[in-house]
Amino acid sequence: MKHRIIKFLKTPFACTFMAVFFGFMVACGILLVTGYSASYSMAIIFNSIFARPKFIINVILKSVPVILTGLSVAFAFKSGLFNIGAEGQYIISTVVSVITGIIFDFHPVIQIPLVIISGMLAGALLGSIVGYLKSKFGIHEVLTSIMLNWIALYTCNYVSMCERFHKPDSDGTYMINPSGYTLVLNNWKFSESGREFLKHNFILNDIILKTDFNLNFIFCVIICVLVWFLIYKTKKGYELRVSGLNPDAARNAGINVERNIIFTMVISGLLSGLAGAFTVTGTSSHNIQTLSMFENYGFNGLSVALISGSSPIGCIFAGLLFSGLLYAGQSLQYKIGAPSEIINILIGVIVFFVAIIRIVPILLNKYLEREENLNVK
Amino acid sequence: MLSNILIAISITLMYSAPLTLAAIGGVISEKCGVVNIGIEGMMSIGALAGATVGYFTGNAWLGLLCAGISGGLLALLHAIASINFRADQTVSGLAINLIGPGLAIFLSKYFFDGAALSLPVPSKLPKIINTKLLQDTKFANFNIDISVILALIIVLLTWFIMYKTKWGLRVRATGEHPAAVDTLGVSVYKIRYFCVIISGILAGLGGGTVTLAIISQFTPTAISGQGFIALAAVIFGKWRPFGAYFACLLFGFSQALVVILGGGEINISSSILAMIPYVLTIIVLILFVGRSSAPKASGIPYEKGSR
Repeated sequence: MKHRIIKFLKTPFACTFMAVFFGFMVACGILLVTGYSASYSMAIIFNSIFARPKFIINVILKSVPVILTGLSVAFAFKSGLFNIGAEGQYIISTVVSVITGIIFDFHPVIQIPLVIISGMLAGALLGSIVGYLKSKFGIHEVLTSIMLNWIALYTCNYVSMCERFHKPDSDGTYMINPSGYTLVLNNWKFSESGREFLKHNFILNDIILKTDFNLNFIFCVIICVLVWFLIYKTKKGYELRVSGLNPDAARNAGINVERNIIFTMVISGLLSGLAGAFTVTGTSSHNIQTLSMFENYGFNGLSVALISGSSPIGCIFAGLLFSGLLYAGQSLQYKIGAPSEIINILIGVIVFFVAIIRIVPILLNKYLEREENLNVK
Repeated sequence: MLSNILIAISITLMYSAPLTLAAIGGVISEKCGVVNIGIEGMMSIGALAGATVGYFTGNAWLGLLCAGISGGLLALLHAIASINFRADQTVSGLAINLIGPGLAIFLSKYFFDGAALSLPVPSKLPKIINTKLLQDTKFANFNIDISVILALIIVLLTWFIMYKTKWGLRVRATGEHPAAVDTLGVSVYKIRYFCVIISGILAGLGGGTVTLAIISQFTPTAISGQGFIALAAVIFGKWRPFGAYFACLLFGFSQALVVILGGGEINISSSILAMIPYVLTIIVLILFVGRSSAPKASGIPYEKGSR
């Protein structure tokens, strides 16, 4: 029995769960010290995620970009690269998707893939620059990524303000042509008959009319599974993992590590790019705006990847947790005036515990060893 | 022309001072074998502590001191995680980057009645030359913050200690081959704790100089990415104090270029201009810097008795 418990405690799932639990404890502590009711705050967080169908759907919709950027970071981690540039890849993808979405106006069957693929390619381009500079000149990927994040940010500002795309009297561009929207039943739900039908069905009304209802999450899950398959079930994935764990061994085994670096960064960029493209096509406001600071989709992806332990499937759950917390943070501020930054602290503490919880399996192993030694005596 | 050059020099120095402090912190931490990616978080908390203490006490120096201490405290967390708990240092550093800015804005809202901006400090850190003396001369724009001098001193001091004393040798050895240091009876843990905390103090000071010398209050965007630029400077400078200093100066200079070109007659979009520092950095990296390698044991937790 005891061994069973210990075995369970050593699993990644238990470790992550403990980290999340401790994170909440610390957040409650901070709230108490600064004079807010911890239990009430937790109730608000829970309520603002689960109380209405609309909330749940919104959390799911908002989780898509963080899951995908998280997946992008996790994928790069698996081959030993630290893709801090997911932020820039995300931004540049939104920029290019918006440009394509405004310039072209085909039938949705062509338009939607066109917008999404152009965004993905933009992300991949940024990723490939990082990969190329690393493999060709040995320039550290973190360095180029940080610089490219800023270049992407200012490109976004440039495009938002340039004459061709800028919408007068606003901070942003025009919206993309509606043929590029991936919203489900968008025309129907605002039509006479649609409104009439939804009026009598509260739940559907809440889900479809009150949110940017789309199916991106389903695609997102499929892609997570595909990436999992690529990493663990293909030859390429095996090569990537070996290159990540031990580049020298990989080289000796005849694996082209340099080419794999570029490959990894391209895929990683594609995934972050997909996150950006999905945001443009799937959620309002379907445009880009001047950014004074990073919006943190990419940086949140880092947290998601770390909480999930770089597991592609884990990213789905970590992303949902993340987006739920971010969503709840807003109502926390709105309802009891507690600064919404408590959520950032909460997430930070969770990540911190994810980092130090690795000691638990080590300690448990030591404990088991000691016990075995005693038994032998 | 002369005034342009003077402006360029003073902007270069002003912009690079906080970066330098933080980057030297990063160098020290990496030299002892602990990757410190949490500079951004430590700078943020330093910026908040500096502005808050500076506002409530009216003493900018006291503010700067507290900025250092707060950065050091956050670094202590990182040290505990990455030294005793053998955590993945990237993960723990990233956690610091989430906690630092979050906590800074949270506390700002707590101290200043729900405002993410602090109130301006009554007195900023002094400049090295009395402003009145310069007022009507050509040098009116050329007045250097005391933080610039502080940064330079820290660079020189770090270089001297790192390369000319036995403590420095120990630190560097800890980053390259901790087991060797351990066999000689020097505690790897102690050295690493010391270096990581110093690294946090310097990052905190860097944050403090932003809010106490450059702008005079804490804002949510006071530290917006400087910590990452400092991190980049560490790698750019090949993990050496002077290298990192040079990288920060280059960065400051390209910021000055942005200001001067922006004020010139050529009509370029400000967003394009703002890209210059980053594009320039990448070009310099390709042309002159090239392959870089971190201290060997950097990022690897040390376990006593492991081979």
